[in-house]
Amino acid sequence: MLYINCPHCGMRSQNEFSYGGDASVKRPELNKEVSDQEWDNFVYNRKSLRGKHLELWQHISGCRQWIKVERDTTTHEIFRTFKADEEVA
Amino acid sequence: MTQAFRIENSGLINRDKKLSFKFNGKTYLGYEGDTLASALLANGVHLIGRSFKYHRPRGFFGAGVDEPYAVVQLYRNGETEPNIKATEQELFEGLEAKSVNCWPSVNFDIGAINNFLKIFLPAGFYYKTFMWPKSFWYRIYEPFIRKAAGLGVASTKHDKERYEHKYEYCDLLIAGSGPSGLAGAYAAAKNGAKVILAEDKPRFGGSLLTSDVNIGNQSGKDWADGIIAELKTMPNVVIKNRSQIFGYYDHNMLVMSEKVSDHLPSTKKYHPNKRLWYIRAKEVLISSGSIERPIVFGNNDTPGVMLSSAAKEYLKVYGVLVGRKPLVFTNNDSGYETAIEFKKHGVDPVVLDSRKNAESEIIDEAKNLGINIKNSHVVVAAQGYKKVKSADIASISEDKKQLGKIENIQCDCICVSGFWTPTIHLASQSGNKTKFKEEIDAFVPGESKQNEITLGAANGIFSLDETLKTSFTAGSELSKKITENDNEIAIPNVVEKKSSQHDKFWCVPLPKGKNYKRFLDFQNDVAVSDVEIALREGYRSIEHVKRYTTLGMATDQGKTSNLNGLQLVSEIENKVVPAVGHTTFRPPYTPVSIGAIVGREVGKHSKPTRKSPMHSWHEKNNAVFVDAGVWLRPRYYKRGNENLFDASKREAKNVRANVGVCDVTTLGKIDIKGPDAAELLNRVYTNAWLKLPVGKARYGLMLREDGIVMDDGTTTRISENHYHMTTTTAQAANVLSHLEYYLQLVWPELNVNVVSTTEQWAGAAIAGPKSRDLLQKLFPNSDVSNEGLPFMGYMEGDLFGVKARIFRISFSGELAYEVNVESDYGNFMWEKIMEVGAEFNIQPYGTEALSTLRIEMGHVAGSELDGRTIPFDNALEGLVSKKKDFIGKRSLQRSAFTAEDRQRIVGVVPLDKQTSIPEGSHLVKDDKAPLPNPKLGHISASCWSVEYDNPFSLAILKDGKNMIGQKLFAMSPVKNKVIPVEIVSSHYVDPKGERVRS
Repeated sequence: MLYINCPHCGMRSQNEFSYGGDASVKRPELNKEVSDQEWDNFVYNRKSLRGKHLELWQHISGCRQWIKVERDTTTHEIFRTFKADEEVA
Repeated sequence: MTQAFRIENSGLINRDKKLSFKFNGKTYLGYEGDTLASALLANGVHLIGRSFKYHRPRGFFGAGVDEPYAVVQLYRNGETEPNIKATEQELFEGLEAKSVNCWPSVNFDIGAINNFLKIFLPAGFYYKTFMWPKSFWYRIYEPFIRKAAGLGVASTKHDKERYEHKYEYCDLLIAGSGPSGLAGAYAAAKNGAKVILAEDKPRFGGSLLTSDVNIGNQSGKDWADGIIAELKTMPNVVIKNRSQIFGYYDHNMLVMSEKVSDHLPSTKKYHPNKRLWYIRAKEVLISSGSIERPIVFGNNDTPGVMLSSAAKEYLKVYGVLVGRKPLVFTNNDSGYETAIEFKKHGVDPVVLDSRKNAESEIIDEAKNLGINIKNSHVVVAAQGYKKVKSADIASISEDKKQLGKIENIQCDCICVSGFWTPTIHLASQSGNKTKFKEEIDAFVPGESKQNEITLGAANGIFSLDETLKTSFTAGSELSKKITENDNEIAIPNVVEKKSSQHDKFWCVPLPKGKNYKRFLDFQNDVAVSDVEIALREGYRSIEHVKRYTTLGMATDQGKTSNLNGLQLVSEIENKVVPAVGHTTFRPPYTPVSIGAIVGREVGKHSKPTRKSPMHSWHEKNNAVFVDAGVWLRPRYYKRGNENLFDASKREAKNVRANVGVCDVTTLGKIDIKGPDAAELLNRVYTNAWLKLPVGKARYGLMLREDGIVMDDGTTTRISENHYHMTTTTAQAANVLSHLEYYLQLVWPELNVNVVSTTEQWAGAAIAGPKSRDLLQKLFPNSDVSNEGLPFMGYMEGDLFGVKARIFRISFSGELAYEVNVESDYGNFMWEKIMEVGAEFNIQPYGTEALSTLRIEMGHVAGSELDGRTIPFDNALEGLVSKKKDFIGKRSLQRSAFTAEDRQRIVGVVPLDKQTSIPEGSHLVKDDKAPLPNPKLGHISASCWSVEYDNPFSLAILKDGKNMIGQKLFAMSPVKNKVIPVEIVSSHYVDPKGERVRS
């Protein structure tokens, strides 16, 4: 079971969180003309990285904040976590 | 029967307390502190079961978790449990156990004929043989194999025992209470660290219980007892025996199974049977010790052949002789230690040492005691069927290829020592890349991936002095990092006998002309010849060899067999062992009861039960409840002998004729506040929201980004910047997360807050032509006329002193209202509605009547919004704004979603107006068409229309728009029904929607 450092609450067990997928996906702006390919990339296509992966989790049984977690998909090592509005450098 | 093999002056058992127990129906006596294995051996019972494949007689091979044979079916307090190791099961008064994998009895086992057919049962036999003829599998092969195979029978009764889960945190978790575990725990505890020390056996001390050593002028056992006694007084230390740490998971989470009650005749009141501990440790100290490995020789599975360390443990811990004429077969000094113990207790052993000449303090002691030692000698084969009677022995050449003249010597047990295998399971599970250590012919932990360190024998260190030094230091260093205390510990002096180098020898060659079975894996009957076949047939990867031969599989997971299997593969392949590699260690280290894993989450406890504030009223009024997610909702209110059908029909009719009231508390409710609330709703819902006036409600539809309908509900503008959103019962949590996602991540610039208020409001839907009259009486000071409170209007009211929210919304299609009050007043509200409604013939209605009402109105619900439909499919495309953008809008342009013959909701009526159509039935054009019959659509919901008094269903049908009036067939292979039907409009009742506005 992962041990995730919620930037708002501190270290919490995985069972307090729910997974939210790739955090690098950007939703196209509203009212903007979007090609089929762009839209497909946003809705469906994911890289499914092996290794370091920036992903979303929501602390549903805690502060209910969506957070970003930098995790290795092969070893589960968590390097850093970020608040939703924090820039990932 | 007397305990003929029990000796005086030895053992840690309590001789004052005799216990009687039964094995295979026969009664025996043992002592408190025995295991089932030690008690049986004390009574001279060596035959305990039959082997898995050949049904060869099986005895005891080990004395703990490594035991491959002695698996029994246990009976305790009216319950039965399979797959119990006799070597681990503590004896209690009245214990009953039976052999497994034998029929009709362990002494006469029909399956043993496999032993004589073994030439036909080589590796991969099942894969090769039972493939043909195909039809034989179900009728003959499978039933036969099922009868013949198996390691016990699971109980089919409800388990009365209770199991608990516990979550714990600590600075240092220590797995194993041998010398390294005790030293590490003591040093860390002295530095004030929070320590958990776990021992799988009942007694603490590990190897110190049986080894002849001296620590700080005390015997090893006394030293261990002293440390344990001191640790028990320390508040920062938790010590657990009978507790197996069986899994090492991510981020230093380890799981431990504590056997709380298995050693007792019955579980004490309020005690669990087992307790599963989830432990998050800052540091883990693995002191799991090592397991002796066998030497492979002919018939080495005969009862009476066992590990030399096990023989020593039976003698020193339980005071039991495993034989009176022992033969010790060793390639290292450990065998001598066992021989010395035998000799000290008046039994004369013979030692066969594969080494030509070995010298050490231990060997000298054995010589001084006058023990008969034969160097360069090996056991070629054990003789005897149900028990060792003698052994064929021979000298062996220095290259270990040539055997000398074979002679037969009498013996009643053969104690084998092929050196030691570190127990690296936990380290390997943690991600540690293990490495092969040449000096000990075994794998040891390498580089750590998590915060763990392996110490002592588990790390391949067999010197007690070095083990204590490194473990005290590790305990100090690790705890110092955490507590910043640095209390110095005096490391005690150790007196131990020096041992000499072991012999890299593990398998006795076959003598000319003999074809003895030489077993590698005892639990699965995998012999040397089986691995040879697998390699001959081209299997190379050790993982493939394992699966083809079953080497190292089953409940013991190859604790005694893995390394010898690797040695064999590397020898045949002419590779060194590390190049062959080992198979992956996976949790659990030992079998774990399913009950322990499930814990308290059984039956009603498997999920929370949510009840509305009016629940007790429903109960008192004969409600029959149904699960709606985690909620309990009244399905119908039973009157007299009514069944579901009659009751729901009565309730629905009363709504259409008079007025009904339905508990709608379970609907999800989300409070939305902020200056940008309208903008959020406008983006989330498919329809327009910017112009909704205060005091008005609107029906809204929300999509996922892929264009599929996510949820629907009404949202009401309470005040300028305040909205009240409702969701379906099932989607409440998902919708809240959905809104939070967009507010926090996608559009953080929107100034809006959302919070769930599902539990804060109790809701009652009042529906029917007389609902306004009722409402007027409930709120005499409010104007609830059609003008004062029009359709989709909202107002606040005073319900006999209680503040209420009144919404004019309708799911039933009738003139209807929903009244919300704070949850604590829910029951008050309900009782007032019933009381005041009596004069209007009010009746409560449940979810079944609710479904009937909405189905015949063509209102969609979860069965249509099933995660596969878009707005058009539900005839809701009118709610999709063409002007503004919203979540999922772009996806609606997908070609499949805009196809001419896109599926769409329709009504379905059986031609005979009698036969109800099962939900899930497929709609097809031709009921006689060959399978697979092309499916045009499916029945999503069915009811008995109270308006027309005939069955009516909703369906999602391909090209539904152009199918009205068509005749099709509804087919349900599950219910074996074919029903001719006509497709009609989904709005079966009041298609113009006049009633809700009346």
